[in-house]
Amino acid sequence: MTMAPTPRHIPDRLNGSFLRRLKSWETLLLAVAAAIFTFNALASPYFLDPWNLSDATFNFTEKAMIALAMALLIIAGEIDLSVGAIIALASVAMGAARQMGVETTGLVLIGAGVGLACGAFNGFLVAGLGLPSIVATIGTMSLFRGIAYIILGDGAYGGYPASFAWFGQGYVWGAITFELALLAVLAVVYGVLLHGTNFGRRIYAIGNNATAAAFSGVRVRRIRMTLFMLTGLMAGIASVCLTSRLGSTRPSIGMGMELEVITMVVLGGVAITGGSGTILGVMLAALIMGLITFGLGLLNVPGVVMSIFVGILLISVIALPRLLERMRR
Amino acid sequence: MSALLKRREFLLFLAILLLILLVRARFPSFGSPANLAAIFHDSAILIILALGQMAVILTRCVDLSVAANLALTGMATAMLNAALPGIPVGLLLLFAAGMGMALGAFNGILVWKLALPSIVVTLGTMTIYRGSIFLLSGGAWVNAHQMSPAFKAFPREVVLGLPVLSWIAIAAIAVFVLLIGRTALGRAFHAVGGDEHAAVYTGISVGRTRFWAFTINGGLAGLCGYLWVSRYAVAYTEVAQGFELDVIAACVIGGISIAGGMGTVAGALLGAFFLGAIKNALPVAGISPFWQMAISGAAILLAVAFNARAERRKGRIILKSAQSAAPVIQSSGAAS
Repeated sequence: MTMAPTPRHIPDRLNGSFLRRLKSWETLLLAVAAAIFTFNALASPYFLDPWNLSDATFNFTEKAMIALAMALLIIAGEIDLSVGAIIALASVAMGAARQMGVETTGLVLIGAGVGLACGAFNGFLVAGLGLPSIVATIGTMSLFRGIAYIILGDGAYGGYPASFAWFGQGYVWGAITFELALLAVLAVVYGVLLHGTNFGRRIYAIGNNATAAAFSGVRVRRIRMTLFMLTGLMAGIASVCLTSRLGSTRPSIGMGMELEVITMVVLGGVAITGGSGTILGVMLAALIMGLITFGLGLLNVPGVVMSIFVGILLISVIALPRLLERMRR
Repeated sequence: MSALLKRREFLLFLAILLLILLVRARFPSFGSPANLAAIFHDSAILIILALGQMAVILTRCVDLSVAANLALTGMATAMLNAALPGIPVGLLLLFAAGMGMALGAFNGILVWKLALPSIVVTLGTMTIYRGSIFLLSGGAWVNAHQMSPAFKAFPREVVLGLPVLSWIAIAAIAVFVLLIGRTALGRAFHAVGGDEHAAVYTGISVGRTRFWAFTINGGLAGLCGYLWVSRYAVAYTEVAQGFELDVIAACVIGGISIAGGMGTVAGALLGAFFLGAIKNALPVAGISPFWQMAISGAAILLAVAFNARAERRKGRIILKSAQSAAPVIQSSGAAS
């Protein structure tokens, strides 16, 4: 890909220490990922099998897709706790449409469309009515999943067409799954969007100081709205992949996923208070979480115990820089 | 009267009254004193947790780990009881509250000493505590027959017409009325959440205040851990999973501002009671319980939209001309 000649380098901050620290953050993540990879390879002889590794990517691909958009949202100083519920509502909508005989293309459009609509509703609450995003999306989390429960109750939808299964179970090339390929493409798109466009710069500006950004001509509300819609859309796409992979829909689908997505984003070095973070960091964090889950799974460690590792990792990774800072003082 | 009407707590009280009267019009058994006492008993744990969470939210933090704390402490208490059935309930209560406090204090230390954002800290400890239940129990359940009769009977013993669980909730409300309204710590909760910098200049340690909010909240969560496990007579890894969001929802409906510094004990109580009333009204009115989640979601959104109007007056714009020239903006954002 050839980029247009860069005109002039304008540094983010006058003192480069922040940038340097950001760089070392991603290096740290890379080192952690490499260490876990090596440990896993030594601990289990089955780890390095390409099909096993390809299977392992399912641990994080769907969550990582949402994490891409969530990273932008958190950098802009907002948060969306309703993504797990959006997955459920989109999945229920696809299931209901299938009962009416909708085919694969229609199902995908419905899943993504419901996600986009849910995101737009969140955006309306936050950007339109000015509600704090954390409580607004706690509310829509109950509302969206509540609607899914009203429609489906304790039942389940199934009977998806065979061609629909490809999104969650298909392979693009060799052992590369469709989900992984899609994630890679989306990561590049989001990377360029955040780090290479005016839009991306404005996201950082809003996250650092929304008032100052508004006074410098950034359309704060429109960008917030766009970011919520993007997050909803990604949740809708993730719902298509997850529903296709599981082959059935229950209203509890994707329960608690919002917290895993946020963990991924924060682990990736995005400041929860907004204003900083990179797509590369988020993708490395996704890889780390996937590797941990897969490696511990091979060692027969139950899922709940894996979550302890993720929790400790999350806290230590944000506490470590602060601890070092204190010790230096 | 008009001053009373402006108070959110009073409006919420009217909303609950309206809800009860509406259901009562069709189903006269609903809303009788005995039925109200039953709803209060049913919401007691939510009320206690909402009070603790209120203290944390007042200081502009949030504790997502309460439900995991409750479940871990509940499991530890149940296992202790199963191993040593002779331990008196009083000691178990102390153990549960103490263990909960320790778990809450761990959150508080991280928020205080390392100045980490509370939402990230408690997101982490939530998964750590939840996973620890599995480590502790090996995934096994503690069932009713393993618990001593006294262990199970305590919360439902009737004293002066109300079960002990209800009395504990009433005691918690009384303590919080005194703590928030009559002590320096209570004022500090408001001060820290209202304006961090002003609080520092007043001589209040922001970190230490938050630490105490987390510790108190943890203690209540631990106490509720015993109450929950004893009331339902079973302890397992997924106890109260996702309950932290119900607790936060109760606070938000009660008009406690997630931006810190605003909220009352009455608000937390009414918010929790409102959710409890809805939960109890649905089966009476013959509505599928699957509606409950969507209704509480809609209630949260209505409450937040309503509260946002009152909060928007916060802060003052010094340069009026610049404000009229600039686009309208709202300073919303993820909580600290």
